[in-house]
Amino acid sequence: MLSEQERREIEAHARHYPNNRAVCIEALKIVQQHRGWVSNEGIADVAEALQMKPAELESVATFYNMIFRKQVGKHVILLCDSVSCWIMGYERLREHLGDRLGIRPGQTTADGRFTLLPNVCLGACDHAPVMMVDDMHYQDLDPPRIDEILASYRQEEKSSDGNAADS
Amino acid sequence: MATIHIDNRPYPAKDGENLLQECLSLGFNLPYFCWHPALGSVGACRQCAIKQFKNEEDKRGKIVMACMTAAKDGIRISIDDPEAKEFRTSVAEWLMVNHPHDCPVCDEGGECHLQDMTVMNGHVYRRYHGRKRTFHNQDLGPLVNHEMNRCIQCYRCTRFYRDYAGGRDLDALMLRNQVYFGRHQDGVLESEFSGNLVEVCPTGVFTDKTLKRHYTRKWDLQTAPSVCVHCGLGCNTIPGERYGVLRRIRNRFNGAVNGYFLCDRGRYGYEFVNSERRTRQPLLRKNRTEPLQLASKRDALQHLGEMLSGRARVIGIGSPRASLEANFALRTLVGRDRFYLGISERDSRLLASVLDILKKGPARTPSLHEVELADAVLVLGEDVANTAPRLGLALRQSVRRQPEKIAKKMDIPLWDDHAVRAAMQEEHGPLFIATMANTRLDDIATRTFRGPPAELARLGLAIAHALDPIAPQVPDLSDTTQALASAIAEKLMAAERPLVISGMGCGDNAVVEAAANVTWALCNMGRAAELCYVVPECNSLGAMLLGGGSLETALEAMNDAADILIILENDLYRRGDAAMVDRLLAAARHIVIIDHIEHATSAKADVVLPAATFAEADGTLVNNEGRAQRFFQVFVPKGEIEGDIKGDTPRDIPGDIQESWRWMRDIMVAGRGDERQWSSLDDVTAACAAAIPFLEPILRAAPPAAFRMDGQKIPRESHRYSGRTAMHANVNIHEPEQPHDPDTALAFSMEGYLGHPPPSLISRFWAPGWNSIQALNKFQDEVGGQLSGGDPGERLIQATPGKKAAYFENIPPGFEPRPGEWLLLPLHHIFGSEELSILAPGIAELSAQPYLALNPEDASNLGLTAGDEVQLRLRAQTDVTADGSAADGSANAATTPAEIFRLTLRFKPGLLHGTAGLPVGLTGMGNLAGVALPAWGELKKV
Amino acid sequence: METPLTHNISPGREPPDLAQYEKAGGYAGLRKALGMSPAEVQAAVKESNLRGRGGAGFPTAQKWSFVPMGDDAPRPKYLVCNADEMEPGTFKDRMLLEGDPHQLIEGIIISAYAIQADVAYVFLRWAYKLAARRMEGAIAEACRHGYLGKNILGSAYSLEMHLHVSAGRYMCGEETALLNALEGKRANPRAKPPYPQVSGLWGKPTIVNNVETLCNIPHILNQGAEWFKSLSRSDDGGTKLYGVSGRVKNPGIWELPMGTSIREILEEHARGMCDGYQFRGLLPGGASTDFVTAEHLDLAMDFDSMKKADSRLGTGTMIVLDDKTCPVGMLLNLEHFFAQESCGWCTPCWSGLSWIEQILQDMEEGRGRASDLELLESHTRLLGPGHTFCALAPGAAEPLQSGLKYFRDDFERHIHEKRCPWSQT
Ligand SMILES: Cc1cc2nc3c(=O)[nH]c(=O)nc-3n(C[C@H](O)[C@H](O)[C@H](O)COP(=O)(O)O)c2cc1C
Ligand code: SF4
Ligand code: FES
Repeated sequence: MLSEQERREIEAHARHYPNNRAVCIEALKIVQQHRGWVSNEGIADVAEALQMKPAELESVATFYNMIFRKQVGKHVILLCDSVSCWIMGYERLREHLGDRLGIRPGQTTADGRFTLLPNVCLGACDHAPVMMVDDMHYQDLDPPRIDEILASYRQEEKSSDGNAADS
Repeated sequence: MATIHIDNRPYPAKDGENLLQECLSLGFNLPYFCWHPALGSVGACRQCAIKQFKNEEDKRGKIVMACMTAAKDGIRISIDDPEAKEFRTSVAEWLMVNHPHDCPVCDEGGECHLQDMTVMNGHVYRRYHGRKRTFHNQDLGPLVNHEMNRCIQCYRCTRFYRDYAGGRDLDALMLRNQVYFGRHQDGVLESEFSGNLVEVCPTGVFTDKTLKRHYTRKWDLQTAPSVCVHCGLGCNTIPGERYGVLRRIRNRFNGAVNGYFLCDRGRYGYEFVNSERRTRQPLLRKNRTEPLQLASKRDALQHLGEMLSGRARVIGIGSPRASLEANFALRTLVGRDRFYLGISERDSRLLASVLDILKKGPARTPSLHEVELADAVLVLGEDVANTAPRLGLALRQSVRRQPEKIAKKMDIPLWDDHAVRAAMQEEHGPLFIATMANTRLDDIATRTFRGPPAELARLGLAIAHALDPIAPQVPDLSDTTQALASAIAEKLMAAERPLVISGMGCGDNAVVEAAANVTWALCNMGRAAELCYVVPECNSLGAMLLGGGSLETALEAMNDAADILIILENDLYRRGDAAMVDRLLAAARHIVIIDHIEHATSAKADVVLPAATFAEADGTLVNNEGRAQRFFQVFVPKGEIEGDIKGDTPRDIPGDIQESWRWMRDIMVAGRGDERQWSSLDDVTAACAAAIPFLEPILRAAPPAAFRMDGQKIPRESHRYSGRTAMHANVNIHEPEQPHDPDTALAFSMEGYLGHPPPSLISRFWAPGWNSIQALNKFQDEVGGQLSGGDPGERLIQATPGKKAAYFENIPPGFEPRPGEWLLLPLHHIFGSEELSILAPGIAELSAQPYLALNPEDASNLGLTAGDEVQLRLRAQTDVTADGSAADGSANAATTPAEIFRLTLRFKPGLLHGTAGLPVGLTGMGNLAGVALPAWGELKKV
Repeated sequence: METPLTHNISPGREPPDLAQYEKAGGYAGLRKALGMSPAEVQAAVKESNLRGRGGAGFPTAQKWSFVPMGDDAPRPKYLVCNADEMEPGTFKDRMLLEGDPHQLIEGIIISAYAIQADVAYVFLRWAYKLAARRMEGAIAEACRHGYLGKNILGSAYSLEMHLHVSAGRYMCGEETALLNALEGKRANPRAKPPYPQVSGLWGKPTIVNNVETLCNIPHILNQGAEWFKSLSRSDDGGTKLYGVSGRVKNPGIWELPMGTSIREILEEHARGMCDGYQFRGLLPGGASTDFVTAEHLDLAMDFDSMKKADSRLGTGTMIVLDDKTCPVGMLLNLEHFFAQESCGWCTPCWSGLSWIEQILQDMEEGRGRASDLELLESHTRLLGPGHTFCALAPGAAEPLQSGLKYFRDDFERHIHEKRCPWSQT
């Protein structure tokens, strides 16, 4: 079942469109926002609310890359792997991040804290290489800068008991 | 007509039609995948690329997709252009990049459109060196097999399943070269048209799971043109056999009837032919107290001959699921006055009423194709998705007729499928569904209305009155019903081709009459309205046209003391109240049954003769439209193979199974020494047509047995049929002589005429280079149109346009719930309600279990919830008839004692307060099977 | 030099709020437009020679002119702002969205007025979180001040505006796929005809315009077509946002006269190559444009001039290839992107692109074959315009086809040496 909050947010968006179907992508994103990812249950909940079939939602959910159908960590690191960042040394950063986190792209750290995903161009090519962590852009990256950023997330978590970076 | 130039030669073409369709119609072999004549063009696969030139001077031209380009006068295109050819070959190569090349183990092999197109494109060598993507397959239930690795992403499956058939549980998942066509998780496909995926998919992703268990390649199947026996619509089929086992059913295109698609009951019901419950040898007992014992054909016939030779009085009971010829043969055997139809009084009144209305009225009965053309529809009383499934698919097309005008206004050609759908959005043309409970078509309905038959009839009559004030007025109508009636009337009046659909499904003649009133009112108001009645069985109308009394009248006749009761292809316990049938059977000194399956009635017989099923016999059936269609024997049911050690040609000894009409013939010969009796089907058909002039057109339903093409018969086996010399090698190494077919122009052989036979004799679709079902294109003059030479079938009933018909005046009173009692309404199930298909394991798996349905509120008032056991006590039979008139008094004078049944409760929210639903015909319903519904009963929590 | 698009924008600072925007002359164009008839607004834009900045360079007013007008036109009509910006190497719209949201909103309202749209959507890419917040705020602000909603500024014209944040796919930027995405469907493209102007969102007349295109509109109305044309050094009117990424000293984005030469952008604004790096070529307008090389540096960056180099202006954001970067590797990166983002609708794209990627990957990893070059070449031909359903695959073919032309030796070395000459190992 959708939470009251989820339902209200979906309804607010539904007003922007002439029919239920159109709000389905937004609805999946809302569920993801609240639950971290879209589980089978999330699909079923949205299907019920919008009178759609799970297959229809799955069809949409698996098309778009920012709908996570697998559980992700607390923080999702999206490392730009497109051309400008590649020219500016993305591969090195990928390795560095992998080493630091002990995971390969597509994986989540054992403590469930970080998921590392390669991502297409993040639109900051003049400051390549670039990554996003959750909602934040980080630009002009190099290994030391990455260490700093990771540290800040670890730090933040310790201090504020989670709830980080929904800025 | 336009003139188009293909490779510098002029050809006539249909203006505005897409070029792919035109090129195919002109006979060109232009490959394609995503396009389908019934689904239109979407331009996804890019396989149909051709060159288009601006004018004669333009030598470079540009590549366009033929399926997405309109034929316009003067247009110049090239199919042979090297660049276009190179591109098409590349498409084949791209498609094969991920294809597993597993043709040898693929069920599609040998009839695979992908194979055909790969060859046609000349793609031979593999240049791709990478890995292929692999998928996990899903279990989609007992009917359809899933093997996603073979997918070429043409999107035909979802376009058929979702866009055309309205299914929503199959969709395209993922993207790029990983698009996955499936459900969100394993599970039975919900659409009752899922089986069409097998034919719609151009490769081996979706294949026939029932075939898999007794797999045979297409070219090794013996096939013949046939007609589906699982409902009253008469869809055309091609069954295939090998080694005496029926292996599958394929759609047989008939532009007027089923077009490209069948329902799953029709496609998968065939396995009853192979069922354990088949009767394969005569059974005999000379004393009722003894069990039935196997007997030879000779002994059985001799016994019958002895019985008949005296002055025995014989009564015959025919069957609406047997052919005209079989029924007529029985009628001939017993005499016209002693022939009964094998249906209840109630049903025979309904059928008579339907026939009468169609014959006398001004409204035309439409073919299924014409249903698709209707632009406003009222469904009154019939749950077509369950009683006539293919009709439901036709209705899904008819609701597109009005919204299509939006697209036409935007100059979007109707073949441009996605553009048309984008322009139409979720608009549906007027479709009003008034039924006893919710239906699977409600999602496309403009409005729905729920109520027991009396309320449905009253709504219908009110619509008729709203259309034509001369039609009787319905008293005491609620304001909402009145408003609905006016709204429906308005939409029907505004339509160009309004259609009313009703039928026998709710068991009430007032509904049947109300539907006639609506249609006639439309006709009287100058509309070309059509009227379509759903009848329950494959030959319901045909049987009715032969005439004959009901079971109740048969009982009367038996009571007048008859000695012998001959029952043709009929389980009477499904037809009438068990007590009544008991009395009927008890009254007979000898019971002879000729049928292909064992059932409650045959268990009581003294002589059981094994009849041929539709696949083992020929005959004529009349569908709900009044279209007489011939079905042809697919194979000779095998007995032993007579091995001959002396080295003579071995022979298949035919088994004892034979056509019902042949049994009648044999009985007549045995009993009366009537040697000049019929020797072939044509004799029976001719006698039938002579005896009943109305049936005269059946003579033209198909060419006679003497018909030849170039002096040859038409083969049932493909020219690639293999292993004939070795088929019996375990018994004898000599090739057996092929069975003769005295009844038809078809041969049980691979030899014979190889060209295109007349449409009614097409036993397979094949053309050089076209091994898949797509070869059908070569059998139509205009691709997507009717078969060359005309669609098979002869319409028996012609409407009299302009005729003024008198309205029915009988207005049932409104439904009043009775305290402590429930009106039990019949609920039909596509899987389970039909007698024969339920014997197919796949269908049985999908069948519902017996239940009783209530709306949740009524249930909770009774202290019941879903899953609880309910006790049902039926009111005694005498006061159950729904139309208010008492059932025929004399036969039923003795009231049946009330019976008590236990059933599991299900919720059905659409049911009106005071009514309950009972499924029709499910296995395990016991004596409820023959109870005529609606009926009153009492309910109690167990 | 005038920089109408960016004069309110200073990176790192909050964008102007409504009051500040008005103070800087904002919404004057809208006031003017509302005093004109829709046809007059269209005429003004036509006069300005504004061509779409989304990549294809289609004349904006001409696109609008296909929308059915008048009382019997189908309703509602839609205007969609394409803010999907997912083409690798492209980061111009982001600046406009983040830097001056009211400019875009004003442009949308005027354009919507010109076609008498009832509803406008801003289709924004998922990753632009800051832009989303700022746009949302600005839309609300505009609503509160009567610039949106019923009877805008007391006129008879009403417009609703909604922000739609995409769930992420490059395909969504293709205008017809974008419509499907907005409708809550898979972002497969639609066949044209019918064009969106006639049958677009939910089957109704729809215009899709790029962010930068729309941001020009207020200025055209405010200062006139002649002024607008005078900003440009070419036949196409206005200024253009040009960007440079790669190994240059000063990567960035600048508003310059349309038709500024590649050399000027590269050398003056991007300040040339980084020390130790040599210039080898560049993609002038995003990942889906053909390489140009040193010989083309004096060409003007406008729609027609770039054709002379067999390339396209595209989005005007250049990606520079240097001598320490493997061109085959760069193409592998690009083709990987396109193959990943193929919507899976048409065969040449979903199958051809992944095959191309496979070949390039093999080459990079030392498994190249002599026959690969021909195979790649034939693919660039076979994926050409008109062969596929939409422009994604032809776009993917462009850098490859020109790469094969200009960097052929590099490909051959990969094959002969059975390794990537740039790789350390
Ligand atoms: C694959 C693909 C992606 C595209 N992405 C964008 C995009 O992100 N933003 C954009 O404005 N146009 C994009 N376009 C171009 C649009 O289809 C369309 O031409 C443009 O939005 C029209 O706006 P304009 O006329 O203002 O240039 C893309 C085209 C293709 C084929
Ligand atoms: S070129 Fe074809 S498969 Fe590729 S994105 Fe366009 S439509 Fe989809
Ligand atoms: S049949 Fe024409 S593109 Fe598929």
